[in-house]
Amino acid sequence: MKLNRKDELLLRDRALNVRRETLRIHGIAQGTRIASSLSPVEILVVLYYGKVLAFDPANPSWPGRDRFIVSKGHGSISLYPILSELGYFDKSELAIVCQKGAILGAIPDPHIPGYETINGSLGHGLGVASGVALALRNANRTEKVFVLVGDGEMYEGAMWEAIMFAGQHRLDNLIVILDNNKACMLDFCKNVIDLEPIDKKVKLFGWNVKRVDGHNIGKLHNALTSFKEAPTGKPSLLVADTIKGKGIQELETDPLSHTKNINPKDIELHIERRK
Amino acid sequence: MTAIKTMRDAFLDGLCDRMRDDGSIFFLSADFGSPALDKLRLTYKGRFINVGIAEQNLINVATGLALEGCTVYAYAIAPFISMRAYEQIRNNLSVMSEFYSLNVNMIGVGAGLSYDVSGPTHHCLEDISVMRTLPNIDVFSPSDWALCDKYIDYSIENRHPKYLRFDGKPHPMIYDKSMNLDIKKGFHVLQKGDKTCVVATGYMTHTALKAIKSIDACVGLIDMFFLSRYDEQALISALSSYETIITIEEGFIDKAGLDSAVSHLIGKMPHDCKLIRMGFKDKYVFDLGSRDYLHELTGLSQTDIIKTIQTTIEK
Repeated sequence: MKLNRKDELLLRDRALNVRRETLRIHGIAQGTRIASSLSPVEILVVLYYGKVLAFDPANPSWPGRDRFIVSKGHGSISLYPILSELGYFDKSELAIVCQKGAILGAIPDPHIPGYETINGSLGHGLGVASGVALALRNANRTEKVFVLVGDGEMYEGAMWEAIMFAGQHRLDNLIVILDNNKACMLDFCKNVIDLEPIDKKVKLFGWNVKRVDGHNIGKLHNALTSFKEAPTGKPSLLVADTIKGKGIQELETDPLSHTKNINPKDIELHIERRK
Repeated sequence: MTAIKTMRDAFLDGLCDRMRDDGSIFFLSADFGSPALDKLRLTYKGRFINVGIAEQNLINVATGLALEGCTVYAYAIAPFISMRAYEQIRNNLSVMSEFYSLNVNMIGVGAGLSYDVSGPTHHCLEDISVMRTLPNIDVFSPSDWALCDKYIDYSIENRHPKYLRFDGKPHPMIYDKSMNLDIKKGFHVLQKGDKTCVVATGYMTHTALKAIKSIDACVGLIDMFFLSRYDEQALISALSSYETIITIEEGFIDKAGLDSAVSHLIGKMPHDCKLIRMGFKDKYVFDLGSRDYLHELTGLSQTDIIKTIQTTIEK
């Protein structure tokens, strides 16, 4: 199902709004990882507003939902405004992130409606998702398992254990999106251990791989819906080339953006600039 | 009564039958087998999965299956499953159990010095301590294969993560298979004594039993097979009449093992009670020889146990 022009523009608007809200969250909760959370905004918008994922905010554990495992938990603060807007939890939570009595913290866990698994330590999500995919296939269920991973966690050995496993078992109900923002904590990945060509590497393990501009809503939508609607007998990986800190110039070019905070008093200024 | 069998053979034979009746049981192995596993893996090809030598993924895939309601057995060599995959166990089973009912049964084969000639990488002296540290994980340390057989139904019915510490070698039975044992209590009084009681776990229960039978004294013996979530009050009550308690384990002492569990209970008892801890000191074993020989070198032989018991009786 191709996205029409009007819907694509609407999703772009959504993305703009999600970036704005994510910046505001960071303004009140400086412990959140802003650069990592800005790179997957379009991915998350397409999944939730582009009718890619099947979900029910009124019943987060609805058996008919597509499972969505966020392996790069710290870098998904941008999912908070989406989940609240959809009704998973009250919008008032966005104003008290990381504060006493809040459900939303710097790293999301399953006490937040909409999050499936424990996050925070990298390299776990894909293996767990492979188990979920195996169970669904064994039960002849048609739901898909989506996973959002970061490129930094591709250094974890457990990721490659899972990549080999899913390829061998031809888990074609497993769809992985790599938020390929090119940087980990201390440097750009190419200067640490170059992961590229990551698409070709994973393909060699028996995966169906596509690569798109991770900020292009139309291309993300096309790739994800084709994975979902036309299984190939292989697990699927979408390498989404993104920019860490997307939208904030001082973050986009900084190899140390991972731990860089934006001063709360500058947040509205940045939002103003992006209008 | 005296049939000799490995714990894994008894368990796997029984489990194979249960898999016939329950299509949601999966058995994952980290490329580790046994003759008894051959039947299971050939019969249930879709639900027996060899994940390869990849213990981290073993636990992660097991978690994913359990999240969808499956009953999962994850099978590997004891030190590898308990320590190579420790963070996976902590985050995905221990922590995640706060939200979900995850029936993952981690079977570690090779408790203590089961792999006697393979050196410290294969000796498993830390698993009781590291597993007991984690909330929401049961630790099962059986002394014989009859207990393992009884544990199969328990493991299916009790839907939370468990660590099963199996000995690697065949041993005779301690328990009569027809015995009506309340496994949930977590321990069994094998015999009552006067002043001294030995509390042992796993293989050491066999050595302790032989030691006690060989001396002319009335010494108590408790086999402790649950090392977390046992019936604390019942155990305190079973221990409360003794002046001295000797714990014996094939694991490091003064950490968080059997000795620590019993020490915790002594603190709750109404009267003073002396605790003697028998186990491995802070040192790895590189010496070669049989398990009994290694026990002689490290102070855990039958003779050492007899001597320790006698010091408590003669005082």
